[in-house]
Amino acid sequence: MQFMLLFSRQGKLRLQKWYVPLSDKERKKISRDLVQTILARKPKMCSFLEWRDLKIVYKRYASLYFCCAVEDQDNELITLEIIHRYVELLDKYFGSVCELDIIFNFEKAYFILDEFLLGGEAQETSKKNVLKAIEQADLLQEVYELVL
Amino acid sequence: MPAPIRLRELIRTIRTARTQAEEREMIQKECAAIRSSFREEDNTYRCRNVAKLLYMHMLGYPAHFGQLECLKLIASQKFTDKRIGYLGAMLLLDERQDVHLLMTNCIKNDLNHSTQYVQGLALCTLGCMGSSEMCRDLAGEVEKLLKTSNSYLRKKAALCAVHVIRKVPELMEMFLPATKNLLSEKNHGVLHTSVVLLTEMCERSPDMLLHFRKLVPQLVRILKNLIMSGYSPEHDVSGISDPFLQVRILRLLRILGRSDDDSSEAMNDILAQVATNTETSKNVGNAILYETVLTIMDIKSESGLRVLAINILGRFLLNNDKNIRYVALTSLLKTVQTDHNAVQRHRSTIVDCLKDLDVSIKRRAMELSFALVNGNNIRGMMKELLYFLDSCDPEFKADCASGVFLAAEKYAPSKRWHIDTIMRVLTTAGSYVRDDSVPNLIQLITNSVEMHAYTVQRLYKALLDDISQQPLVQVSSWCIGEYGDLLVSGQCEEEEPIQDEVLDVLEGLLVSNLSTPVTRGYSLTAIMKLSTRFSSDANSVVSIYGSSIDVELQQRAVEYNALFKKYDHMRFYSEHCCFVQILPALQVQSTHPPCFTGSIYTSSLFYRFNLHVLYYLVSLLFQANDLLDLLGGNDVVPVIQTTLPTKPASAGGELLDLLGDLSLSTYSKNGLKIEFTFERANPNPNIAVITIHATNTTEADMTEFVFQAAVPKTFQLQLLSPSSNIVPALNQGSVTQVIRVLNPQKQQLRMRVKLTYTHKGSPIQDLAEVNNFPPQSWQ
Repeated sequence: MQFMLLFSRQGKLRLQKWYVPLSDKERKKISRDLVQTILARKPKMCSFLEWRDLKIVYKRYASLYFCCAVEDQDNELITLEIIHRYVELLDKYFGSVCELDIIFNFEKAYFILDEFLLGGEAQETSKKNVLKAIEQADLLQEVYELVL
Repeated sequence: MPAPIRLRELIRTIRTARTQAEEREMIQKECAAIRSSFREEDNTYRCRNVAKLLYMHMLGYPAHFGQLECLKLIASQKFTDKRIGYLGAMLLLDERQDVHLLMTNCIKNDLNHSTQYVQGLALCTLGCMGSSEMCRDLAGEVEKLLKTSNSYLRKKAALCAVHVIRKVPELMEMFLPATKNLLSEKNHGVLHTSVVLLTEMCERSPDMLLHFRKLVPQLVRILKNLIMSGYSPEHDVSGISDPFLQVRILRLLRILGRSDDDSSEAMNDILAQVATNTETSKNVGNAILYETVLTIMDIKSESGLRVLAINILGRFLLNNDKNIRYVALTSLLKTVQTDHNAVQRHRSTIVDCLKDLDVSIKRRAMELSFALVNGNNIRGMMKELLYFLDSCDPEFKADCASGVFLAAEKYAPSKRWHIDTIMRVLTTAGSYVRDDSVPNLIQLITNSVEMHAYTVQRLYKALLDDISQQPLVQVSSWCIGEYGDLLVSGQCEEEEPIQDEVLDVLEGLLVSNLSTPVTRGYSLTAIMKLSTRFSSDANSVVSIYGSSIDVELQQRAVEYNALFKKYDHMRFYSEHCCFVQILPALQVQSTHPPCFTGSIYTSSLFYRFNLHVLYYLVSLLFQANDLLDLLGGNDVVPVIQTTLPTKPASAGGELLDLLGDLSLSTYSKNGLKIEFTFERANPNPNIAVITIHATNTTEADMTEFVFQAAVPKTFQLQLLSPSSNIVPALNQGSVTQVIRVLNPQKQQLRMRVKLTYTHKGSPIQDLAEVNNFPPQSWQ
């Protein structure tokens, strides 16, 4: 995977994870253009598209679009499963996750993602293990809510 | 100093902003506060401030001043600090800036930290954004962790190693020992990441590939266990056990089995098993099937397995889920060359996909459809594809039109069908047709001699309907110029136009705003050509453009006008000697079939050269010596030749006696012998009539035989039609042709001769000088 973007129906970015080295300016341009392209697609269309020289896999969950850019050799159908697994993890962690959870706790969304994927590939295929690791790491935080 | 506002508080506040300006104001205020807090080196709230900065950064605001703060957080001993610090580094730091290198030492320390979650943070950051320098410095630490028994760290180290290898491929070797027993792990996380690491190494190095081929049996076993094992709640997805791992194993097997018979053999059974037993009701099952199909098609699988794979794709095509249809079309496109017949079986389903609503599916279906067109299905397929061309989005039209032309050229069942198909494309998608199609189409039309009347009539009609599509207009103009006489001569099936109407249409093109300069050039030249074929006067039209702003048009108009003025009577000259009609038959430099006039319009340089040759021809016919100087230093042999042979030349029998039997064998080469015989013409003693007799001693006929001649300035030369174009083998007959030479100055006759013919399938060409004419022939 080259990058993953989460954005709302209004095109507001909620999470951006980049696995390739790009400058801030380049990232902004790609985000802007890709978000526009996907928002312009009709609901009944395919979850896959070719955009520039990338394969894009995206899926909408309620008010959020989950969008990944994968390599040529990557399996698009399993990428959809990866996206779904991430949503399940968020759902388990936050308890019936909604967009607001991700807005107000964006740093936690990143922590969860970083326990599931590393360098663009899945590091753990067990839902239970990912959530356990997050739980343990959370316990290490020094009275978190007071700090942040 | 009050504590900085909390993160959630800030988020709440910013979200209350009603305008962009209001939001910007809030952000600027907060950034200022954060900046001063950073300046004070406040350790307590640094974490909070950076977190807020990251939020604002996500909204699109600059946050570079927080970069160093991230580094300070990473160096802190507090876990919360490290967590936010590493996150900030991944979001704000760019490997192109030297600042990121300051992280290296921190990461090194954290890789050796006593808490595995800190080690995890370091591995994650390094694996996500580590630069080549960082990777070089820290590869050793990663390698160490790859050998740990702690599965939590081992799995992360494996993916971190993948990143290191991608950044610094030379370091791949050092990870080799650690891979030794990676696959013996029970932990799925480690297994999955190990397979990814092995895949990366095998893809990058043929040596590694050879080394790891021995793992095939082990991989097959693991895959088998996944399929056969009972329900495992931890890894289950809709009844399938760890689909992520299954897919990665299948992909690694693909790489290991590629171009290796033994490995492919070893995985044959498991692939068949997965292909037949996987549940297809949900996306996850189809994801595994998809990967299986890709593997089967790529390794050296037996034909039964391949057919199974293609059939799976065929089933995918019928799936309601368009994502599945999409991957099916993509895969079929990859295999259509190698397994053509198997894919043909699904042709009708593929053609149905042309009607899909999704753009990506349509495009793939179109590409695949063109790949499947052959001599047997051309009529049916073309019907579908032309219908598609009519109704598809503009983004497809150019590619579709080109595809139709290519397919039609390869498999057209008849000339008429071919012309009709081209017409259909030009009329429905005429503006999307590529520029290079125009000369190709003109050539095609020229070669379909029996279709000329039909073609020009249809094109004329199309022109009446619509003059906006430039390629259509250009081809039509050319055809009308070339075959306009057929249009008005009564050969058309429907009501035929009269000459003035045709000229009006062409004139309309010249003045229309829709016509491009190139199109105007075509129509101007067409008008010029028609002026020789029609009896109406096109002169006035052409002369108007003598003052056109467009330089190209102006030049043509002026030159055409000059031709008209000088040789006004030529327009009524008989067919044989009409210089305009000689144009298509001229073969000055190439051996290509007549497309001379078509190519004029592709380059005005060529056009100007041709016009000079034109002048030369004209002068030869009408004794206008002054134009000859234009040819100056041309190295092309000026030749002149009449059109198709009609009647045999007269033997000139009764005149022969005046000169006596003066024959002279002047050319003999490669079995072709040409004899020149002479007589003096009556009543003009200045004209010598030379008859050439061409014979062939070889055992194969010389076909398409063309004799051309040129003479010096002071002479005039006229070639009459030859008796035929075939010089029969073994002297079984001869070709005769009469040359009339006017020699008013009684100079020594010299002639340059050019011969072209086809012998045993190859085109032959030869040039020769003939100087040894007997004095009686020219005195």
